[in-house]
Amino acid sequence: MADETPPEGNGTEAGEVVEAAEGAEVPALGEREQALLDRLAAELGDGLVEHAEACGDLVVRVRPDSWRRAASVARSELGCDYLSFVAGIDWMPAEPFQGAPGGEPSQPSQPSDTTYGAAGSAGRFQVFARVQSTADHHGVTLKVDVDESDPRAESWVEVYPGADWHERECWEMYGISFDGHPNLRHIYLPSEFQGHPLRKDFPLLAREVKPWPGLVDVEGPAGSDEAEGGDA
Amino acid sequence: MSTTDRPVATRPSAVVPEIEVDPGAFRHLADAQMNVELDTGDMVLNLGPQHPATHGTLRLVVRLDGERVLAADPVIGYMHRGYEKLTEYRPYPQIITLINRIDWLSSFANEVPFVHAAERLMGIEAPPRAVYIRTILTELSRIATFLLFLGEMGLQVGAMTPAFFGFRDREHVLNVIEGATGGRFHPNFNRVGGLKDDLPWGWIAECRRTMDIVFKSCDDFEDLLMGNEIFEARTRSIGIIPADVGTSYGVSGSNIRASGVDWDLRRDGDPYLAYRDVDFKVWTHPDGDSYARYWVRLQETRESARMVLQLLDAIPAGPIMAKVPRVIKVPEGECWVETENPLGQMGYYLVSKGSTGPFRTKIRSASFSNVSILPWLLQGVYIPDIITILASLYFILGDIDR
Amino acid sequence: MTHLLAVDIGWGWTLAIKTVVVLGLIPLGALILGYTFLLKMMSHMQSRLGPMDPGGFHGWFQLVGDGMKFLQKEDIMPEQADRRVFALAPAVVVISTFLIFVVVPTGPRLVVKDLDVGVFYALAVSSLSIIGVLMAGWASANKFALLGALRAAAQLIAYELPLLLAVVGVVVQAGTMNLNGIVTAQQGGAIFGWDGLGNPYILTQFVGFALFLVAAQAELTQTPFDMPVAESELVSGYMVEYTGFRFLFFFIGEFGTAFAFAALAATLFLGGWALPGVHGGTADLLGPLVLFVKLMAVAFLIFWVRFTYPRLREDQLQAMAWKYLIPIALANILVTGLFKVWL
Repeated sequence: MADETPPEGNGTEAGEVVEAAEGAEVPALGEREQALLDRLAAELGDGLVEHAEACGDLVVRVRPDSWRRAASVARSELGCDYLSFVAGIDWMPAEPFQGAPGGEPSQPSQPSDTTYGAAGSAGRFQVFARVQSTADHHGVTLKVDVDESDPRAESWVEVYPGADWHERECWEMYGISFDGHPNLRHIYLPSEFQGHPLRKDFPLLAREVKPWPGLVDVEGPAGSDEAEGGDA
Repeated sequence: MSTTDRPVATRPSAVVPEIEVDPGAFRHLADAQMNVELDTGDMVLNLGPQHPATHGTLRLVVRLDGERVLAADPVIGYMHRGYEKLTEYRPYPQIITLINRIDWLSSFANEVPFVHAAERLMGIEAPPRAVYIRTILTELSRIATFLLFLGEMGLQVGAMTPAFFGFRDREHVLNVIEGATGGRFHPNFNRVGGLKDDLPWGWIAECRRTMDIVFKSCDDFEDLLMGNEIFEARTRSIGIIPADVGTSYGVSGSNIRASGVDWDLRRDGDPYLAYRDVDFKVWTHPDGDSYARYWVRLQETRESARMVLQLLDAIPAGPIMAKVPRVIKVPEGECWVETENPLGQMGYYLVSKGSTGPFRTKIRSASFSNVSILPWLLQGVYIPDIITILASLYFILGDIDR
Repeated sequence: MTHLLAVDIGWGWTLAIKTVVVLGLIPLGALILGYTFLLKMMSHMQSRLGPMDPGGFHGWFQLVGDGMKFLQKEDIMPEQADRRVFALAPAVVVISTFLIFVVVPTGPRLVVKDLDVGVFYALAVSSLSIIGVLMAGWASANKFALLGALRAAAQLIAYELPLLLAVVGVVVQAGTMNLNGIVTAQQGGAIFGWDGLGNPYILTQFVGFALFLVAAQAELTQTPFDMPVAESELVSGYMVEYTGFRFLFFFIGEFGTAFAFAALAATLFLGGWALPGVHGGTADLLGPLVLFVKLMAVAFLIFWVRFTYPRLREDQLQAMAWKYLIPIALANILVTGLFKVWL
């Protein structure tokens, strides 16, 4: 996508040729998802910034000061007792890879501009989470923007105790602090580790040390006309 | 026989227990040497990262009062391979090889949600034959990993013999998987759009024979371990996970079904693979203790074997690969796919920007959340109970650490 | 016993022969038990073969080879360990095993020392190993070892009582604590007037036999009572810092004590060296063989349980000893005494 206009209410949908209609309503939001959306909108009011539909799931973006509120609404009003995950995402494209002129399939190309996904984003970082209901079998993906200059979000630990470890991982990988988290410390990496690896400006050190050689052995399976490239 | 008598009902469920874990303070206690003091204060014990009971490189730092645990802190990350970063640098077929190794005991099942997500974003569907074979191989992986669990939980509790039976019978299932895919542990068999190869001649009959062995093996385990009074004394009422606490920590799979939550993504989630065409029962147990978790997995092994037999009778003919371009390029979009893996709920949140590889893959692995409940669960138990609880939760380090 | 085959050899030679026999018997017994049950029986129960190559015939040489391997290993001691205590601990354990064999009779005249308080002596010295275990755990400067040693101390002390009380029933019935006397009482006894088989005390003291086996299992720290050595938790418990020949001592101690307890059980309950109708010189010749067969039967039971059952937690283990085994043992003694007095 070449345009740089901030996304305005329309998430892109996969594989569907359905044109996104103008305006905030996204078609093909199922009945169940619509009911969830209505409930969330009623509880959060203008805390709910935007919503979208991604492959049949409801994606909702909330304002940063409503993040914990959204969690407790999901837990108590929507019946979502199950926390699936809390994670971060960095929308900035990484540096183009060395020696990979666009199109070499064994090394995926990075997009040239920053675009945002379903339900949009206000900036580079976001925290997204998924909660589900074990009884009613529905779920919702919640997203919140994170300010790049001071990356922090509200912690979900009081609502979902399981968010403890997920938020620790998110802090470790993206540098997003969580207000109200009892003990934000490293979970995967050693305590002395510096940097936040999943950020797009943190290079993949293995490829710095030894650049990817590209396609070396191109050998299709015997008798087949598909020369598989980059396949294990 | 007496059991631990912690008052489970009065423990607040939404408060994280306070464990004083300043990493600097821990450093000098990190090795398992004893501080030679004669006061009877708390002792800090290091279980792992090399320890027979921790299924890999999990380190559990426990603060003990005699033999009772006051606080426990799992330290993970010894096997962190940075999969989420790696997926941003690889095309889709290479990622399939990578994610085989997340839960290495049921490797085939890890590939399925990822491939499904890519296919959904691309708008293609694998042909029915491929879907059926995928389902069969997923259930075979489930049987393989559960047979291992049934044996090695006995080992953790002290009975050496069932472990060998578990390994022995698992060999038959692995041989069947190898017959179809060429790999016992890492089949790497899924492709975006279908499967790599069709089934070899005679595989279906071999698979049926193996299911007979599986049924017999489950009966053996039931006789040997579940009826054993000592096993019951060691596992009943140990490590009770209340349903609401479990779900708020994200505990999934057989663990949460053993706490009475009737939730199985094969039946209740978005339809995936061929589960809509199969008649199966979702097993739950009301107790939520280690015995319940063992019992649920035993029943699920039998249920998986029955499902495989049903599927074998109904495999449709046809191609095993949909029409996909030579170079897989997934259009822009986001997709969340979750599946009922043997360890629990595994999901991939795939963010694609139209390139040959994903922009971001969030890998939601079941064991990460299952293990996150340990600080809450291990308060007040005895050391042997730690081992029982770890064994009954059944996590794989690759699944925790990714 | 200064007469060997009617030849007077004097007390010096007698002492030498006895020492050599006992010192050689323990490792040999440990070897035989270890090979038969640990390597072969356990393997076959677990659908595998066990060692097949060393020595040619079903790997009989395996343990000898293992012993030689242990002997040539480096002697490693943890830096913070208490050196003297660390070195002494395995010796204490093994010495207590050797001392049991002083009173076990293998024939009417083949006993190292025919003590009148044989039973009392045997049980007393068998409890010396507890001290060795505690020494090992403490001196290792390792928290796992300490945990294992403390568990062992509690367990071994707790199970001394059922062991003792189970044997008291036999003593009451035999009327003597002398082990040879107990064997001849069984040999000469009669079951309801029929004296074809003698009167092995297992028939009347079956409760005692069961208690003795359970308590012996605990004294040997075998599963289901192997908390001190819980492999999947403590990784060898109190033995974790021991390598090389020090570990070999513990190993010999473990299987040698199993050999000793099996021999005691065979003597007390199955009639020991006695076969009905065989006396005198023939008994001297056949005695060791008969005792060997009987003790292998008992050892079979001990090891069979070891490989099958999961292990009990210490509080369950202690509860079992104090709340179940000791009252049953006391009841057994009561009933035995009543029968003895009035029948």
